[in-house]
Amino acid sequence: MNKMNSLRTLLLATLVAMPALAVTPAPTFKLDSMAGKPVSLDQYKGQVVMINFWASWCGPCRAEMPILEKLHAKYKPMGFTMIGVNVEPDSSLASNWLKATPVTFPILFDTRSEVSKLYAVAGMPSTVIIDRKGNMRWLHRGYKDGDENEYLNQIRALVRE
Amino acid sequence: MRMRWMLTGLGALLAASACAPLEPWVKPYEREHLADPIMAIDPDPVSSSYMDHVFEVREGAKGATGAGGGGCGCS
Amino acid sequence: MLRDWRIPSLAAALLVAAAAHAGVLPEERADVMYHSYSGGGITVEGPSVLVRKNFGDSVSATANYYVDAITSASIDVVVSGASQYTERREQKSLSLDYLHGKSTWSLSYVNSTENDYKAGTFSLGVSQDMFGDLTTVTLGFSQGLDKVGSSLDPTFAQEIERRNYRLGVTQVLTRNMLLALNFEAVTEQGYLQNPYRFMRYENPLGGYIRAPEVFPHTRTGTAASTRLKYYLPWRATVEGQYRYYTDTWGINAHTTGIEYTQPLGRWVLSGSYRFYRQNAANFFSDLFPFANSQNFMARDKETSGLSSDTLGIRASYQFPVSWASWLKKGTANLHFTHMMVDYAQFRDLRNFPPGSPNPGTEPLYSLEANIIQFFVSFWF
Repeated sequence: MNKMNSLRTLLLATLVAMPALAVTPAPTFKLDSMAGKPVSLDQYKGQVVMINFWASWCGPCRAEMPILEKLHAKYKPMGFTMIGVNVEPDSSLASNWLKATPVTFPILFDTRSEVSKLYAVAGMPSTVIIDRKGNMRWLHRGYKDGDENEYLNQIRALVRE
Repeated sequence: MRMRWMLTGLGALLAASACAPLEPWVKPYEREHLADPIMAIDPDPVSSSYMDHVFEVREGAKGATGAGGGGCGCS
Repeated sequence: MLRDWRIPSLAAALLVAAAAHAGVLPEERADVMYHSYSGGGITVEGPSVLVRKNFGDSVSATANYYVDAITSASIDVVVSGASQYTERREQKSLSLDYLHGKSTWSLSYVNSTENDYKAGTFSLGVSQDMFGDLTTVTLGFSQGLDKVGSSLDPTFAQEIERRNYRLGVTQVLTRNMLLALNFEAVTEQGYLQNPYRFMRYENPLGGYIRAPEVFPHTRTGTAASTRLKYYLPWRATVEGQYRYYTDTWGINAHTTGIEYTQPLGRWVLSGSYRFYRQNAANFFSDLFPFANSQNFMARDKETSGLSSDTLGIRASYQFPVSWASWLKKGTANLHFTHMMVDYAQFRDLRNFPPGSPNPGTEPLYSLEANIIQFFVSFWF
């Protein structure tokens, strides 16, 4: 069990170093969602998935949200989905913030940081892009004005697969 | 003499950060309290610099009143 | 056509990983403040305006304009026989920050002008985030040149050259606790005394005689401080600080303080207490036994042994900003501080002119001051 964790951490470390690489399956998980029903990553096999780890207390995360909503709306018809994983122990803070800035993509609550640890989240926000086969293809740490152009290019490439 | 000690100390810190990848014990997703504005070390620089000036004028001591760091660690 | 990149070797990966992550520039803001100091016969008030603007992702500039409008009938003025005077000091500063990866490089210049004193200081600094942004190390250096004049003597022209060396470390200790350590060394040379003050020595015929002070031409001081800030579970903070200062004039000083901050809805309230104590400089005496009894002689009250107690309360109100789309956040702030200074050796000569008998038995001097700061801050 420990060996698997260290191997996964090592693979994720290399993923961080070289943001684009091949064949590392995205670890699966199941979390409660804001909509009510629990959501599992497996439900999205066959689609391109972009997981965004965010928190209401994180400035760049909040700035990024409207852009993520636009990406979700634009590419959903092509078999893409955005998933927002909120990392806060108190999910009411996220729900309250989303009232003012609502989004249409699923928001999941990682209140015990299990998925954050699984994905070795090393910066806020963190974004992982997963292809239709369920492999992690790109990792972004942080968000700056202009990063959305990279997201666009990467999503466009993956939906065409 | 003092500068040499300071630089040695800083060099040691930088060397440590480069060769021994120390695992951060507070993860980026655990920084909700540190990111709270009330936890800022120097939230109002215009006020803290004014008060430092008042104390420096009235008292004999000066220095080491600095700020910086903590926060959300976002990017 | 999708291009897949090969998984790099581990060594190369770790090397790149170290350089991968970048920091963020500080928030853009503007602060407009009115400050007022009133106590010990002196009132000083004026504005302070600060603006920070970012340019792109890497550059941040901060500018500050500050004025002290001084009206002084302080103990030093009264005892010297001078009448109340008014003075205006203007200070302008500009600093530039350049962010590259995890490092921020800073350059700044401060200029201060009043009719008998001009000061200019250049500063360089570098700040580095490390250990997963848990640690921030800052190094700083300043070089300053002051030109000292005297309104009593137009030919009087002296200089002070000053250098500061700073080292700071801020460390995240736990999810709820921050530690900041600071070290600073200041070295000055030149005319280090106040041209308007005097020392006194015993007159063998009774009373005392005034004479000019003689200060050393150099002074090196070092200060080390620590601050610990803790987040309380009901959403409040408590902060404690301590600073030790020592210099080549023999002045050793301890500063300790505690502050409690409590948010309440749109309000944030704070209460603080600060205690400061120093011993006298080794060439200080309130009354010297005879003329030229020492190489260096000072009676300047800031070189006397003294202690100060400061109590502060602050209230900050975060007002709604929906009326302005360019504003992210705005606060209105009121800080009220009460400072009490007791001198251990410096005596109050206001009712004891040179002819008064029994010099050295006058009451010790003390002063109380009220400090008000009112400022509005905008984040955009």
